[in-house]
Amino acid sequence: MNGNDAYISIRNVSKFFGTFQAIDDVSLDIAGGEFFSLLGASGSGKTTLLSMLAGFEPATQGDIFIDGQSMDSVPPNHRPVNTVFQNYAIFPHLNVRDNIAYGLRKAQLPRAKRYEMVDEMLELIKLPGYGTRKAHELSGGQRQRIALARALILRPKVLLLDEPLGALDKQLREQMQLELRLLQRKVGITFVFVTHDQEEALALSDRIAVMQGGRVLQVDTPAGLYESPNSRAVASFIGNMNFFPGKLRRNGTAGAVVETEGLGSLRLPQAPNGQPDGARVQVALRPEKFDLSVTKPDDRPSVEGRLANAAYMGERSHFYIAIDGREEPVAVSAQNRLRFGAPPGSEGKLWLSWSADAVVVLDAE
Amino acid sequence: MSAPTFLRRPNRVLSVYAILFLVALYFPILLIPLFSFNDSIYVRFPLEGFTTEWFGQLWDRQPVWDSLWASVKVGLPVSILSTTLGVLAARSITRDRVPGRSAVVTFIMLPLVIPTLIFGVALLALLSRLGVPLSLYTVAFGHLIVCLPFSVATLLPRFEGFDRSLEQASADLGENGWWTFWRVTFPLVMPGIVASLLLTFTISFDEFIMAFFLSGNETTLPIYLWTQLRFPQQFPSVLALASLLILFSLPLILIGMWISRLGLHENTTKGAKT
Repeated sequence: MNGNDAYISIRNVSKFFGTFQAIDDVSLDIAGGEFFSLLGASGSGKTTLLSMLAGFEPATQGDIFIDGQSMDSVPPNHRPVNTVFQNYAIFPHLNVRDNIAYGLRKAQLPRAKRYEMVDEMLELIKLPGYGTRKAHELSGGQRQRIALARALILRPKVLLLDEPLGALDKQLREQMQLELRLLQRKVGITFVFVTHDQEEALALSDRIAVMQGGRVLQVDTPAGLYESPNSRAVASFIGNMNFFPGKLRRNGTAGAVVETEGLGSLRLPQAPNGQPDGARVQVALRPEKFDLSVTKPDDRPSVEGRLANAAYMGERSHFYIAIDGREEPVAVSAQNRLRFGAPPGSEGKLWLSWSADAVVVLDAE
Repeated sequence: MSAPTFLRRPNRVLSVYAILFLVALYFPILLIPLFSFNDSIYVRFPLEGFTTEWFGQLWDRQPVWDSLWASVKVGLPVSILSTTLGVLAARSITRDRVPGRSAVVTFIMLPLVIPTLIFGVALLALLSRLGVPLSLYTVAFGHLIVCLPFSVATLLPRFEGFDRSLEQASADLGENGWWTFWRVTFPLVMPGIVASLLLTFTISFDEFIMAFFLSGNETTLPIYLWTQLRFPQQFPSVLALASLLILFSLPLILIGMWISRLGLHENTTKGAKT
């Protein structure tokens, strides 16, 4: 054991396919009972990392510990993990009951006990009475649930999920997200969830590791990732973000000032760590952190701008505000709270304001 | 005229050609059962009368039964052995990282295009050089060479057609390679195995050239049939025997082809990998 309470511990793992490096020195600790997501675009290495946890791919370097046991040279059939595959991998020649009971052969249970366990699982995934259905009679959502039941019936220490909701349509996906989260709380098993869908990761996870190019960029809670990204890559992968290049000025007090292109001088109540006085930085502000008004607000920082473009999205609208000293318009997102609200500033000038504590300071690229 | 209509337009010339082609192909075969019921030892029109005498003659002739039994004795082990080897080859080709995969496949398929005559002569030369006496064993060995490409060709699409993640899922659920093969791979390639058994049995049963070169005292049915052609008065019963062969081997081939296609396109669980 490596001295902390991590349930899964990935230690300096690298993976090469020939000369291509799919995983680049990744170390991660995942706590027991955690819903942990690996989030990244395709090719980021998230699926490769999951296959290494499952045991389908050996690590080129490094080691993986599950519950204190080194998984090095432990084949998939002897690991305390089970997987829900991306395409669910339901055995087409078996009915639902035999699919779910597949892993119980070695337990040598009497048939009645086995069926009882399957029925319990069918109850859990809300498909009671489906035991004798054939595999090809199932819909996508049902397949997904049965793949879950087939893995959970073995009471694994860790459940690995490889984009299990990717094949479902939007409505079903949202419903399954909710159910998956409830199910995870109920069974209390550690979930490692691979997805490229940032909304899904935010909605489901206790913590998320954002991956890119085989590396982990940041590990944090959903709110931590969204509100305090540590790099431009994370900030722009999760949600939308406006970036303003600037220069950091430390004034000897606890606070600091960033001279930005576009937003003027921003006073920060708390100086960021790391960057020295005069460092080139970029300021990041989420679209929904801005407010638009016709008159200049006197209690918060603001700049004057002009509406360049607008898009109506139903629950919210996106506005693109052109400001001086900046080529690209600033993206602003506002909720449509009034039924017949006129878009702000359609008659010309308006004021763009924000609150000082919404400002995120990142290293310049 | 729009494109789909153009493509679907019936082409009368091609239809006539297709029908003529099929008639030319199968008409001679249709003559065989026709004349096997004809009450004359000469194959010529007009037909003289209906008789089952030739079939009766076959029934009473011991050498027919001996050669039939010899063909079965060769065909059954050949089909089983060829299919087993085919399963191993197809599994290895599709699952393992075989270097020069396509070269291996080509090599296995080569007996399809190399004339059997050459194989037969070469084997005969080799066996007599080694001092191996000709028998049904040597015939079976020759048939194995002829049948193996058909087994692999029947089984390969089966093994390619199903999703690798099913085998991964089995391993993930705690089964080792052996049990994964029996519980997942084998049932899924089963139609291919049955098709291969039927197909290779039929091929061995009908095969002439290898049997001609490699058989000893016991002869297979096609060889017996050929030896009887020298006696004109035997010809109608040869036709009767040929009719029976058609009657039995055609359904076998058709069933084999039908089974081999069974469920091949039902595997909709193919997934994209990120």
